Amino acid sequence: MLIELRRGLRFTLTTMILLGGVYHAFLWGIGRVLFASQAEGSLIRGADGTIVGSRLIAQKFTKPEYFQPRPSAVDYNAASTGGSNYGPTNPDHLKAVGERLDAITQLEKVAPRDVPSEMVTTSGAGLDPHIPPAAAELQAARVAAARGVPLERVRELVRAHTEPPTFGFLGRARVNVLELNLELDASIARTAAVGR
Amino acid sequence: MGLEYTAVVFTIVFTIATSALLGRYMAEVFTGKRTLIDPIFVPIERLVLRGTGVDPNQEQDWKQYSKSLLFSNVVMWLATFAIVTLQKWLPLNPDAISNMEPTLAFNTISSFTTNTNLQHYSGETGLSYLSQMFTITFLQFVTAATGVAAAVATIRGLGGNRLKNIGNFYVDLTRATVRLFLPLALVLSVFLMWQGTPMTFEGAAKATTLEGAEQPIARGVIAGVVSIKQLGTNGGGYFGPNSAHPYENPTPLSNFVETWSITIIPMAMVVMLGYMVGRRRLALVVFATMLAVYLPMVAFGVAQEAGGNPKIAAMGADQSTGSMEGKEVRFGAGLSALWGVTTTVTSNGSVNSMHDSWTPLGGLMPLIGMWLNNIFGGVGVGFINMLIFVIVAVFVAGMMIGRTPEFLGKKVEAKEMKLASLALLWHPLSILVGTAIACYVWATTADPGTALAWLKNPGPHGFSEMLYEWSSATANNGSGFEGLGDNTPFWNIGTGLAMLLGRYIPIIAPLALAGMLGIKPAAPETSGSLHADSATFGFTLWAVILILGLLMFMPVAVLGPIAEHLAL
Repeated sequence: MLIELRRGLRFTLTTMILLGGVYHAFLWGIGRVLFASQAEGSLIRGADGTIVGSRLIAQKFTKPEYFQPRPSAVDYNAASTGGSNYGPTNPDHLKAVGERLDAITQLEKVAPRDVPSEMVTTSGAGLDPHIPPAAAELQAARVAAARGVPLERVRELVRAHTEPPTFGFLGRARVNVLELNLELDASIARTAAVGR
Repeated sequence: MGLEYTAVVFTIVFTIATSALLGRYMAEVFTGKRTLIDPIFVPIERLVLRGTGVDPNQEQDWKQYSKSLLFSNVVMWLATFAIVTLQKWLPLNPDAISNMEPTLAFNTISSFTTNTNLQHYSGETGLSYLSQMFTITFLQFVTAATGVAAAVATIRGLGGNRLKNIGNFYVDLTRATVRLFLPLALVLSVFLMWQGTPMTFEGAAKATTLEGAEQPIARGVIAGVVSIKQLGTNGGGYFGPNSAHPYENPTPLSNFVETWSITIIPMAMVVMLGYMVGRRRLALVVFATMLAVYLPMVAFGVAQEAGGNPKIAAMGADQSTGSMEGKEVRFGAGLSALWGVTTTVTSNGSVNSMHDSWTPLGGLMPLIGMWLNNIFGGVGVGFINMLIFVIVAVFVAGMMIGRTPEFLGKKVEAKEMKLASLALLWHPLSILVGTAIACYVWATTADPGTALAWLKNPGPHGFSEMLYEWSSATANNGSGFEGLGDNTPFWNIGTGLAMLLGRYIPIIAPLALAGMLGIKPAAPETSGSLHADSATFGFTLWAVILILGLLMFMPVAVLGPIAEHLAL
């Protein structure tokens, strides 16, 4: 028994160093050399070097001149993430969905059937960086109006930021909300009305 | 929708094709043949064996083998328990995470030692980087390797002829760790980093959003954890939402390789069996039988999730892209459903969508996957579970044709059947009795909604949450209907025990069984023998799996998911 315990202990220590330490350090080194941006979290920095977010992590947008991401069960808290875990028949869930549907139809002045499923439901981690192209199309008119630019200009940007499914069939077509909003800020001069 | 089915079919076909190659490689590793990557990994293997102080040529019988397995796991449990309960004072803790509470630590360490990876904590707030590395990653490697070692030894026993010794536990354990999981995990981690999975020792990034709000973004040594969590059928995510989190699974391509890595080794185990016992047709029959359960489950699950939630459709919102609560845009409903079914039949338990929010009948698929627990199954152990069903099917078939049941030329007698029954019956016993106790506690507590605050959802779905938790713990799966408020002493200790018993009973009993069969002489097969490598036997096995594996769970399925579906 003592010999078994000693073997177990020696195996544990040896492999802990190998798999807990050396393995991670090796990968960290590869990340530094080959994928420096991804390894630190795909962060996006502003002109002054401050971090404005991560291209993989949704952030909250409420102003009319910005496209909005999907609803988040954790209010876009990227330090404590999660989904709603509401079951499909839960009355609280259905109430929340109904309220979001009303809010969107009022804000965007559209009919309920034009609102994609994704925009009234929360994602798994509450940080989904993407919306479907239909959800961007839905918001384009409001964004264009708020910025005082032609609708076609905004649509053009949406199209340019629409990623197709990988290899044409893996995953869904999608628009990265933060990248689209950054592009909006960069390429469209804000009108005085928006600046208020 | 058509595209999603294409993606689902492509993923499955690609995994099956590559499992044939990996299965062959695994057979070479465990029968001591030379392989291409030996020059890099054999020296590491020698180093670990020397560090352990084991003579690689010393063979063990099934009792010694089991003893080594159990004692090594005890030491791992104690060492990692110490780390998480002391992490506050240890290095590599940039986000100042505090020590883990004892019942939560009991649950967490039991969970990771048993390859379950049920998580009653959330990684970003509950574990330091040191704990993620030296506890989580370490256990995800070695417990997966423990399962593979047990399976390899069981196969040796079954294939043996008057065989007393079934190998050396530490040699098998080290080989599985260093020459199977380590190379695959390294390649997969690098791939994931390329796709966007972070790998950093720095603490949370402090972002100031475009609208001027502060947004701290948790990160860490994620790429190293995600790869082995997938490959080792561990499933314990770096973050609470697991592979639904954009850092753990950033793109459709990362999702593809992560889905692949859930089943690749469980599938390859079956191929390996064919090579190791020299019966490729038997492996083919077992593989086909597993597919005959898996594929209909995938098809049904995808259809349910892609169909959307009728309650939301009734409000007028578009549901043409499926039920998207708890799911990510980049994957869509189809690939989320594929993952959910795959992760539960294999006892992986990682998720890329929140199962609690699935449609009622869609959510029944993960439950069925865990109840069967042998359709490809966990690395090693799922395969062992399947062998138990094979033995039972042999016995049933033998009874039906009125002959002494034989498997691979060995007589299957009362003693072996008792061991097989023990392994088989423990599973439903633990799930059903556990759920019954939870229901009893809930029902006898005054104002349980406030006093216990377990259930996020009312009605049958609340029952499903408790049922799912016991199923997940017993099956060593680790996924959850995460609406369950499970970080309480009742759930921590209860499911902790369920995980320990649900792991070691189904490992030790088959090892004993294989040891007993291995010693027996193999009789030559005659025209009167039962041919386990025939389509007829495959069908018998399939029927035995569905009848014995599922019938006992029919009542709880009706009380939970089916009742909820009828209320839609």
